[in-house]
Amino acid sequence: MMQEAAAHKTASEAAPLLDVRDMTVQFFSRHGTLTALDNVSFAIRPGEVLGIVGESGAGKSLTGASIVGLLPDSGRVTAGEIRLGEQRIDNLDRTRMRRIRGREIGLIFQDPQTSLNPLLTVGKQLVQTITSHLDMSAAAARQRGIELLRDVGIPAPERRIDSYPHQFSGGMRQRVVIALALCADPRLVIADEPTTALDVSIQAQVLALLQDLVRKRGLAIMLITHDMGVIAEVADRIAVMYAGRIVEIGPVRQVIDSPSHPYTAGLMSAIPKLGDRARRLVQIDGNMPRLDAVPSGCAFNPRCPRVMDICRVERPQLRPARAGHAACHLYPALPQAET
Amino acid sequence: MSILRRFANSDLGYSFLHSRVVVAAAIVVAVVVVAAVGADALAPHNPFDLASLELFDALTPPAWEAGGQWIYPLGTDDQGRDVLSAIMYGTRVSLMVGFASVALSMAIGIPLGMISGYFGGMLDSVIMRFAEIQLTFPAILIALLIDGIVRTALPRDIHSDIAVFVLIAAIGFSNWVQYARTVRGMTLVERSKEYVQAAQVTGVHPLLIMLRHILPNVASPVLVIATIGLALAIVTEATLSFLGVGVPPTQPSLGTLIRIGNDFLFSGEWWIATFPSVTLVALVISVNLLGDWLRDVLNPRLN
Amino acid sequence: MLGMLLRRMVESLIVLFAVAFIAFSLFSFIGDPVNNMLGQEATEAERLDMRERLGLNDSVIVQFTRFIGRAVQGEFGVSYRQSRPVIDLIAESLPATLELSFFAMVLAVGLGIPIGIQTAINRDSLVSKALMTGSLIGISLPTFLAGILLIMIFSVKLGWLPSFGRGQVVQLGWWGTGLRTWSGIKALILPTITLAIFQMTLIVRLVRSEMLEVLQADFIKFARARGLRERLVQFGYALPNTLVPVITIVGLQLGSVIAFAIVTETVFQWPGMGLLFIQSVTFADVPVMAAYLILIALIFVVINLLVDMLYYVIDPRLRSMGGL
Repeated sequence: MMQEAAAHKTASEAAPLLDVRDMTVQFFSRHGTLTALDNVSFAIRPGEVLGIVGESGAGKSLTGASIVGLLPDSGRVTAGEIRLGEQRIDNLDRTRMRRIRGREIGLIFQDPQTSLNPLLTVGKQLVQTITSHLDMSAAAARQRGIELLRDVGIPAPERRIDSYPHQFSGGMRQRVVIALALCADPRLVIADEPTTALDVSIQAQVLALLQDLVRKRGLAIMLITHDMGVIAEVADRIAVMYAGRIVEIGPVRQVIDSPSHPYTAGLMSAIPKLGDRARRLVQIDGNMPRLDAVPSGCAFNPRCPRVMDICRVERPQLRPARAGHAACHLYPALPQAET
Repeated sequence: MSILRRFANSDLGYSFLHSRVVVAAAIVVAVVVVAAVGADALAPHNPFDLASLELFDALTPPAWEAGGQWIYPLGTDDQGRDVLSAIMYGTRVSLMVGFASVALSMAIGIPLGMISGYFGGMLDSVIMRFAEIQLTFPAILIALLIDGIVRTALPRDIHSDIAVFVLIAAIGFSNWVQYARTVRGMTLVERSKEYVQAAQVTGVHPLLIMLRHILPNVASPVLVIATIGLALAIVTEATLSFLGVGVPPTQPSLGTLIRIGNDFLFSGEWWIATFPSVTLVALVISVNLLGDWLRDVLNPRLN
Repeated sequence: MLGMLLRRMVESLIVLFAVAFIAFSLFSFIGDPVNNMLGQEATEAERLDMRERLGLNDSVIVQFTRFIGRAVQGEFGVSYRQSRPVIDLIAESLPATLELSFFAMVLAVGLGIPIGIQTAINRDSLVSKALMTGSLIGISLPTFLAGILLIMIFSVKLGWLPSFGRGQVVQLGWWGTGLRTWSGIKALILPTITLAIFQMTLIVRLVRSEMLEVLQADFIKFARARGLRERLVQFGYALPNTLVPVITIVGLQLGSVIAFAIVTETVFQWPGMGLLFIQSVTFADVPVMAAYLILIALIFVVINLLVDMLYYVIDPRLRSMGGL
């Protein structure tokens, strides 16, 4: 962790806002125990955007849900710890966890069509969220709601606040969702595929809004997506997930331009040019293993073009590699392979 | 053996064997079905053989009560019929009407649902509009109506000969909508899938597509509806027979037996109505339990 | 919204027309009303006279038009069985059925919705499991058996409540109510419970499954992610969204409860329309059957329209569609 922080230029001095260490999440069912997240470690500093990428099922969304304590009933964080600033938040009771959600950590989901309660006006939903966390009268909360709508770029917010969700367009609705996530001024926002359900032209606007918020409010964002274009645009650092593990983490330029892990390399080779936003991850030969059949050693070994004997037996740890960290036996076995 | 083991290892088998309630329900259904189907061989008496009836033995209480005899374990009714045997024969009628009317509902609902979903357009709107309207009328009213029309149209003696078939038709026609709606929904989903579209493009006959690709996919939801529908059909039959518009008294079902016994409830001969009622409720609860279980297992959405 | 409502009304009229035609067909094509009215022993002259008087020699279209015209005026002919105007029989029995159905529905909704919510929110609690078991029994227990059981316990064993009839009825104009006398209220209790059991069970199961589904929705996840209190999420977010579809079905159920009353009325010898109908079915009393059908269809259609209108009030998505 320390080496990685040192390697990072922009926010290297600041203490991490969110610090996830060796987080393991398991699901318990009659089929046995399923390890969905395995020793996941990363940190986000104030004002930083960390992109989390991976194929669907790699555990990206689950990582977000675990941090805010919104796992399904059958799942639990079984090892590791999660710190928000100085506070450990993985062992809080329901009520204290609820006060973290929305107040300290905001969440944004993929589909603005379904994220809002269709039967309540936007204003009502804003006021309820604000008064849940801040000691405010309904009138003051409404005023704050109007300001928030203005901040996220809703025109004529004093009028629009009394509209119902269906009266907004898709892009506008996602702005409302962002306003709701920002109601109580959280320091960190976990955005789970915030642009996936939107048209390409609107995606750019929403991304610009997110970047703007980072700049103006010093917000930290954990951006979960499978869209490399989005990551390249807004992320400072990037964590690549595979089968419930982080396989590579590092500054976004380095990871994209010269990936360390063969899996990341495979992902990047599918992208001919940077900034080609419309392009999604193209699959490498074979499929990501199901969680109940993760191979021993390195989870990627059956698909890896550079597989070695050790990969089938020993699980690689995250180790310094180039500008970041990678979990691969090529490092430090080949510490200075090529530049 | 290997089939048994495969069943026990499957999800279906696991959840079956691990729910005592469901196992108990399956046993109740099995016992009732065997007793009913094998009534000719298993029943201690033949309640329809007038020669064997002893009016002298009428209104004998169950064997364990004072005045009871073990040749009539559950007592006899006012005509001296053995209640246990009457229940076994009556259950057979109830089950037959139940299964037959479910089969009829399926025979109407599944093809209409598939046609509606597959071809869409005008045909679809007409069928579904009709279904919607029928759905607003309760099944029992429609069944009563069909029964009433036939009763009005036919002379009484012919009517009692075909009463069972009228009953089956009435219940069957009143319950097809469920199947049609579900199958239509499933057909819409399947039709949009690539393999079905590929088959369409290569000129496979729609009938063949429906039979080969769509029908297998609607099997499990239809099984759930059919199981719960069987319980509903048995209750509807019992209700109609209780109301006196169901099967003729010469061929009593459980509902008829309860209707007959109901007249004796107040005079103290409780067993005539009670045992058929218990049989009916146990059967219906068990079938419903199996239906609920099937729905939970086959529809993972809420698990 | 007006266009939608207009379309619904046209549909309703078509349904009414279709039901009226079925009712009319009962008269004209099925069974011989002359035989039914005069019996087998009537002379040929009597028959011809009766045919002429009933207008049976006119064309089908003329007869149907006449039938509709009369039906609109509440003129359904004379009961074969009781030789009294059908409209009088209906007027006498309608209040009994409506009072019974109303209280049964109030009971079913009043208990069914809270129980449904409880079993959805606290899915795995002991209380919920007991309630779900109860609902399984409720849905499996045929209505007539429930009635018999209640009679056995509260009338025969305990002797608290009457087992049949409406008690003393007070006339308020043409409306005969049982609510003004103590005996009338006592007589209402058991039939109301009997009729309510099945409806309540349906409502419990419906509310439960709708609510479980809504609780999986994205906006519930998002509400929790914003740190709203669980109470607010459940009752402010999940419940209203659950109730939107529930209202439709409960509304439609209101119509079917009147038809379901047939069974309850038979068990308790409750002098309502259901009892009248079942007697007319067993006696092939066509005029009464026809009138009952048309009346039930009318009630259903009116309820359907009311439910549609209620929908617009509740759901803002529909409301703004018509620009209200």
